[in-house]
Amino acid sequence: MADEKFDAIVVGAGPSGNACAYTLATRGLKVLQLERGEYPGSKNVQGAILYADALEKIIPDFREDAPLERHIIEQRLWMMDDKSYCGAHYRSEDFNEDKPNRYTIIRAPFDKWFSRRVSEAGALILCETTVTELVRDAHDKVIGVRTDRDGAAIYADIVVLAEGVSGLVGARAGLRSIPKPDTVALAVKEMHFLPRETIEARFNLQGDEGVVIESAGTITKGMAGTGFLYTNKECISIGIGCLISDFTNSDQTPYGLLEAFKQHPSVKPLLAGSEVKEYAAHMIPEGGYKAIPQLFGNGWLIVGDAGQFVNAIHREGSNLAMTTGRIAAETILDLKTRNAPMTANNLAAYKTRLDESFVMKDLKKYKNLPNAFHNKHLFTTYPQLISKAAQTWFRVDGVDKKAKENEILKSFFRTRRVKGLLGDVLGMARGWR
Amino acid sequence: MSTETETNVRVEDKLFQNRYLVDAGRPHITVTPHTVPSPRLLALTHVCPAGCYTQADSGQVEISTDGCVECGTCRVVAEPYGEITWNYPRGGFGVLFKFG
Repeated sequence: MADEKFDAIVVGAGPSGNACAYTLATRGLKVLQLERGEYPGSKNVQGAILYADALEKIIPDFREDAPLERHIIEQRLWMMDDKSYCGAHYRSEDFNEDKPNRYTIIRAPFDKWFSRRVSEAGALILCETTVTELVRDAHDKVIGVRTDRDGAAIYADIVVLAEGVSGLVGARAGLRSIPKPDTVALAVKEMHFLPRETIEARFNLQGDEGVVIESAGTITKGMAGTGFLYTNKECISIGIGCLISDFTNSDQTPYGLLEAFKQHPSVKPLLAGSEVKEYAAHMIPEGGYKAIPQLFGNGWLIVGDAGQFVNAIHREGSNLAMTTGRIAAETILDLKTRNAPMTANNLAAYKTRLDESFVMKDLKKYKNLPNAFHNKHLFTTYPQLISKAAQTWFRVDGVDKKAKENEILKSFFRTRRVKGLLGDVLGMARGWR
Repeated sequence: MSTETETNVRVEDKLFQNRYLVDAGRPHITVTPHTVPSPRLLALTHVCPAGCYTQADSGQVEISTDGCVECGTCRVVAEPYGEITWNYPRGGFGVLFKFG
């Protein structure tokens, strides 16, 4: 292999790496993809929801053979305190469309499928191979990589770093820094298996219909974070995650938080009788627009989680990963067609294309929100106030309605005061704009 | 509810569900020798989702990487301060997620 030269080397076989390698290989480029796991997906963890649009732009007929779990017909948003939740549910028959918009997936089989398509498109994929460093020429241009296989350099016109949030190569090469504890969340997750009839009965589903629940509140013990519960065909993915800086400043354990979430009186019945078959953890880049590193340079590009491409507010990540992988590939293909070298100047087109896409537009829109979410009242005071208000409103106990309204209003003003309430609302509004 | 539940959680029971290919004798993370652990090292004893970090009777923080789920959290917390060295396991070794 040492004598071979590739058009492109893609580091990592997650959604961004696969999207990039597939797009390059289908257009005839000679692609090498390196993956440190035993098989593609063996190191990857996600909730996981697949947003069809991003994949459809890469593999239009993916629904024919991709391992999809359930298409989502109902979204629940829960604000939780210790004993209650106050929620919004949206369910629509419109989501039972010919080409559904969102699916739950299980990452290991999904990544294996995607990787098989990459391989069929003609890319060479080497698993159990960890990239140890980038190789540069005398002009500091990246011209290849070294791996832990035999230490020999492998050369390519361009190296695409799709190495994920905890990727070492880019950080060691000084292309980006290690994420800061307040820009990255740690999420833990379990897979709970149940007969599919049980899942369908519990969640009011037919066939491959699915429900997802996103939740926030006292379940994170005052830390900035959220919990989730997604229905798959024969199992439920349940997890919870918080900013790492919040974890380090508390005495909470991630698994203790997950256990308490599972024991919540609104969650426990949904999991009753299930068999747990896996416990996983992963970091989620949550720093948003301001945490995005330099994305291109002489002979290299960064895609996916390694570039902090996660929209934490909308719980979107793998679609941004696939889209950045595709756009990186299209940039490379364009330069190849024009016989233009893979220099920083030429590769700046990648950033321009990203800026014009929903990826950067969405992240830019919420560039101030990560700060707003450092307000701990969002995860403690408000869930409790809202729960109390709902209970006051719905409990029929001989107290007149006007008095109930006054009691609810007073509880808000008593707890947060006018200044606090205004500040919280303005903080969120500013971030949202 | 929560405090009782949390103290009863044994992370070992959770890790028991997972598949690992342990690279015996070649830990991919090491703790830098120290006499008094920093607040960051102490935080790792509860932040690590696999409970890999423990405080020995001597007060120092130790690591056993066998159950590591390779999330990178300890790297984010402690590597910039030189308090740990962090690498991936060799290609193919480490945790092997069946579902992910």
